[in-house]
Amino acid sequence: MSDTEKLLDVQHVTVEFHIGGLLGGSLLVAVNDISFSLDKDRPEIFTLAGESGSGKTTLSRLFLRDLEPTRGKVLFEGRDLATIRKRSEFKEFMKKVQPVFQNPFETFSPLRRVDAYLFDTALNFKMARNRRDAILVVDEALRSVGLSLEEVSRRYPHELSGGQTQRVSVARALISQPKLILADEPVSMVDASLRMEIVNLFRELRDKQKVSVIYITHDLATAYYISDRIGIMLRGFIVESGPVEDVLEQPFHPYTKLLKESVPEPNPKDRETWAKHISLGTTEVKEYSQVGCKFASRCPQVMDICREVDPPDVQIERRVVKCYLYMENTGQ
Amino acid sequence: MSLLNVKNLCAYYQTELYGISRTVRAVDGVSFELFPNEIYGVAGESSCGKTTLIKVISGNVKNPLKVISGSVEYKFGEYAVDMLHISKEELRSSVRWKEISYVMQGSMSVLNPVRKIIKTFEDIITTHDRFTNKKEFLEHARAHVNRLGLPTEVLNSYPHQLSGGMRQRVAIVLATLFQPSLIIADEPTTALDVVVQRGVLQMIKNIQAMSSNTVLLVTHDMAVHANVADRVMIMYAGRIAEEAPTEIIFNAPLHPYTQHLIRSLPMIGERSDKAGLRGSPPNLANPPSGCRFHERCPEVMDICLTEVPEMITVGEKHRVACHLVKENYL
Repeated sequence: MSDTEKLLDVQHVTVEFHIGGLLGGSLLVAVNDISFSLDKDRPEIFTLAGESGSGKTTLSRLFLRDLEPTRGKVLFEGRDLATIRKRSEFKEFMKKVQPVFQNPFETFSPLRRVDAYLFDTALNFKMARNRRDAILVVDEALRSVGLSLEEVSRRYPHELSGGQTQRVSVARALISQPKLILADEPVSMVDASLRMEIVNLFRELRDKQKVSVIYITHDLATAYYISDRIGIMLRGFIVESGPVEDVLEQPFHPYTKLLKESVPEPNPKDRETWAKHISLGTTEVKEYSQVGCKFASRCPQVMDICREVDPPDVQIERRVVKCYLYMENTGQ
Repeated sequence: MSLLNVKNLCAYYQTELYGISRTVRAVDGVSFELFPNEIYGVAGESSCGKTTLIKVISGNVKNPLKVISGSVEYKFGEYAVDMLHISKEELRSSVRWKEISYVMQGSMSVLNPVRKIIKTFEDIITTHDRFTNKKEFLEHARAHVNRLGLPTEVLNSYPHQLSGGMRQRVAIVLATLFQPSLIIADEPTTALDVVVQRGVLQMIKNIQAMSSNTVLLVTHDMAVHANVADRVMIMYAGRIAEEAPTEIIFNAPLHPYTQHLIRSLPMIGERSDKAGLRGSPPNLANPPSGCRFHERCPEVMDICLTEVPEMITVGEKHRVACHLVKENYL
């Protein structure tokens, strides 16, 4: 498959941060040799899941070109993001990749009416020539998220519910007719009764508007509900990735197993097993600087080699697992 | 015998600014009981009055919050406390921390960022209990930390050196220093990851089992209640919608709001369509008439628009406030 058929192609990206003093200090590898791609003509919802401090947000900043990788390349529609230099080119790129953020009440200034953001976006991206034309564009975007301009015009963020504000936030992202939406924890601040509404909206965008979504979350239950593929992140690595049914119904990597077990089932029948004692990780920095597999200190099936060399990616059927336990399957 | 008996509690926020007065009916006619040796869950969306309820029952009523009517009575063994009429001095010296303690959502704000954890321990112990010498105090603190399974090194660290989960566990350790009869945990795991959340909740369960006290667990996450709580109260817009043992809340809920909440929970391994609830949570400054859920209720009837549904008991420890349930039940 040539590069032009990929919407987003992430090739062995690594991001390193220098922490500590000017001379001393240490290196923190926040994103460690990650590769994956999204197809152009098959829109899908790809989930990046993992605990806080696993590098999810750092990785997503690369896709917005908010951050440049230390090593490796991110290609969008075949174009290396590092080669985008001119402002006009960057604007073209921004049109195609749009973010949706976590807290809808922080996305919008409390002193500004929410529709002002929608009009600004429409005019900035030249989706409309003047404000009157923009009304159509804005209304259309709002309708695709189940609202209308009538409902939100002249309203301040506090006059809308969390779910509505988050939908306006999605509508804003849709104005430039993007190919890819990057949603960083879009439902974690939304009330339970409104959460499914937002989650369903992403499914609808994929099916009707053919928009691909990178859904970043630590909530595996909603990830299972909406996504097609999932990548489980741990301390900068993607430790397991593949179709969401495979990975979450029958996880292979010991970390994915622990994650899945820890998700509380909304059903009291499993409370005894859930209460089984688990050991928690040490501080983030310690696990990041650990040599070899980052899960080794907590893994119940740890081997000597895990503490020495980074585990290899092992392909098993439709998924990739980064673990020594599955080495035989490759025939090595 | 109940540990806490709350009767018909109404607590409103009343403000007056530039001649405009505003009343937010955050807790409106709430009655419930807490018993010794149980984990009682309180669930509800944001701004349904959960936190206000906790403020009142922990004796933390400050302007503009006012208790309009009702009673909040505790019985710690022989020691009875009327929370609405207790003096500040008595509250500080014999109730707070000794009988009732509080675990908050953001443990970062509980711990002083520029002092070592042990100093925070010292602060709490000296304001509530006098230790004659330092050695005795240190021993007590170490033994307590050890008993709850944390490494004693945490005592000599600063809060920023600990992970979020460890900090939250330190906050729980602090809350249990004096073996209180009631631990109020307000969204104790909301900011944490699933694995850490599990660890923290396990700790709360263990402590409860060890000292057979009562834990009031407030969270909007129904899955947490399913795995931790013994009984669950569902709040909606300042009132109790339903209260029942956990199994009943999850397997046979009666209130339409509870039914929707349970049905809409996504689960791994099950992918049927889950719908959101139409409309948005009501504004408590101007709540809907009658049943406050009627604007969003899929099974609304005429009576719901005008009359407030009364709380009826439908089974052992199972109470519901809904006209439809009452009609079917009677």
